[in-house]
Amino acid sequence: MKGFKIGLGALAILLMAISGGMAGETLDAVRAKGFVQVGVNQGLFGFGMADENGTWRGLDVDTGRAIAAAVFGDANKVKFTPLTAVQRFTAVQSGEVDVLCRNATRTLSRDTALGLDFGHVNYYDGQGFLITRKLGVKSAKELDGATVCVLPGTTTELNVADFFRSNNMQWKPVVIESTPELNKAFFAGRCDCLTSDISQLAGIRAVAPNPGEYMILPEVISKEPLSPAVRHGDSEWRDIVDYTVLALINAEELGINSKNVDQMLKSNDPKVQRFLGVTPGNGKALGLDEKWAYNIVKQVGNYGEVFDRNVGPDTALGLARGLNALWTDGGLMYSPPFK
Amino acid sequence: MNSPDLTRSAVPFWNDPDKRAVVYQILALGMVGLLGYYLFSNTLANLERQSIATGFGFMDKEAAFEIGESPIPYSAAHTYARALLVGVLNTLKVSFIGIIFTVLLGTFVGIARLSGNWLLAKLSGIYIEVLQDIPVLLQLFFWYTIFYEILPSPRQAVSPFAGVFLSNRGLVFAVPHYHPVYALMGIAFLAAWAGVFLLRKWARRRQERTGRLFPVIRVSLLMVLGLPIGVWIVGGAPLSMSVPALTGFNFKGGMNISPEFAALLLGLVLYTSAFVAEIVRAGIQSVSHGQTEAAMAIGLRPGQILNLVILPQALRVIIPPLTSQMLNLTKNSSLAVAIGYPDFVSVANTTINQTGQAIEGVALIMIVYLCFSLLTSLFMNWYNKKMALVER
Repeated sequence: MKGFKIGLGALAILLMAISGGMAGETLDAVRAKGFVQVGVNQGLFGFGMADENGTWRGLDVDTGRAIAAAVFGDANKVKFTPLTAVQRFTAVQSGEVDVLCRNATRTLSRDTALGLDFGHVNYYDGQGFLITRKLGVKSAKELDGATVCVLPGTTTELNVADFFRSNNMQWKPVVIESTPELNKAFFAGRCDCLTSDISQLAGIRAVAPNPGEYMILPEVISKEPLSPAVRHGDSEWRDIVDYTVLALINAEELGINSKNVDQMLKSNDPKVQRFLGVTPGNGKALGLDEKWAYNIVKQVGNYGEVFDRNVGPDTALGLARGLNALWTDGGLMYSPPFK
Repeated sequence: MNSPDLTRSAVPFWNDPDKRAVVYQILALGMVGLLGYYLFSNTLANLERQSIATGFGFMDKEAAFEIGESPIPYSAAHTYARALLVGVLNTLKVSFIGIIFTVLLGTFVGIARLSGNWLLAKLSGIYIEVLQDIPVLLQLFFWYTIFYEILPSPRQAVSPFAGVFLSNRGLVFAVPHYHPVYALMGIAFLAAWAGVFLLRKWARRRQERTGRLFPVIRVSLLMVLGLPIGVWIVGGAPLSMSVPALTGFNFKGGMNISPEFAALLLGLVLYTSAFVAEIVRAGIQSVSHGQTEAAMAIGLRPGQILNLVILPQALRVIIPPLTSQMLNLTKNSSLAVAIGYPDFVSVANTTINQTGQAIEGVALIMIVYLCFSLLTSLFMNWYNKKMALVER
């Protein structure tokens, strides 16, 4: 017990050192320092990755920029902290980042025991299997006895164990902490298949030595609602993050994009007027400038633009909208009224 | 304290250096205690404010994740406590086997470096210089990459002997099916060692009394090998083997040594043995050359010189730094995370991630490694005392 207390003490020094900025509302703290600190993936094509010029790009990165546009009216007042899957939640808890936009799945235990609050889903994902065509497997149900490469620190480990258990199949995990190492082992044939969120699998296949040799199996074995996360207990800041994502979706529903947003200011539609702050009220309610939603759309775009730019059919990932289409197009993206 | 001094009792305590020292020590201890209390309570308060659950209640919940290899039966339906135990055993396995190979290989290379054979000495020198200068993590990546890049897939597995298959899923080989005779053979093996121990004692006493030598090594070898084999023959010589066969994706049956385990073991042993070799060399060189010459002068053979004169003196110098290398190997085994061997750190990391109990998890990791290290050094200190030069 004594050793445990000593260990706790040593850890506490660390915790204290990084939780200095905990006091006060997050919005005030963010305004005072002049930028939003966003935790992102270290390198996931389409979601969070620095390009050859060092500019961060991706759907999660754009979500972070949209938050900066809402708070400061300037999408560039943002700093990105690349985080591993293992570090990410500690970084939010300790206040190292103001918001985590790092393809994190919202789950009950993370919402409660981890002391987090999740904003609206910015990508509906699901877990699948990437496999070599050579093996001739057509369905995940044929994977009995397979060796599976898994990235640790994610819900993936749990989902894949559940899947094999419920189907009474044997399997062997190979758990490697670094994504590039894991991919290399998979491409070299150390594992029969690789499991992760399907959006990630598409990204990994895109960087394979021979992408045509690999296919994603049709089964989707889990629900992965990827959402931005904030510290538990600051409802004001959570609302801002939540409504920033919703504003992206609502803009697409209303047919507003970064190109027509200035003309839309003159629209007669009361919904558009309220959304863009021509009729004031929404900004004050959130504690933001009335132009917050206008700034998001003007500088970052609407959800459709963000999706197409980062992961859509014209990118290397080539993902279809699927579940991420607007509800009017058969997807799940649906925004509550902005009034 | 000296005999009571009457003049000293008149001195106030702040002018008495002995008493002052006690006061300072109490103050320092109090400060450390206060700091510890402050950190502890502050952590708890912070955790509570962020409504993060604390405590070890998660240990008996279902772990729900799979572990690649385990010396004891384990499945996703077992508890976190059992998953962590699997991690501890995996770490123990690689450290224990690693330490044995390291000491053997390191001793051999260390002696070889001092050999009169020019080629052998130079090769050992190169081995030591190269391996101890490359960071161990890089060596692990190197061996792991070699294993999965060069070896073929299970369907094209190489089979050097019947029942042995080498592929990028590891080394699979046939093992005998379980039979009660094997347990008896194990007992016979241990009994043979006990016999060898007694035999050595008897032989030494006889030599001291009469001066006659007894062929201890040959008789010991016969006992250690002969006794278990005798039990096996008496027990009906069971021969049924579990032969690995390729079914579906992988081999079923037989015993499997995974590429992760092999790469970790190889990397740790090669790296640490280079240091051990240098320690052994230093130990041998610390014994003055006059001792060797004196031993030669009274007609001892080279093997006897090493065993009876040099090693007993060299071991005094060798054991303390050797202990520290053993501890290094155990601690370096936590690099397993990088190449996917499910050691304790890897399992604890997954546990931390799924439960969010970071403080408890990290505390557990520290306690487990502390225990490993303390046990190793306890054993080595005992051995050191036993080996210390007893002057007559």
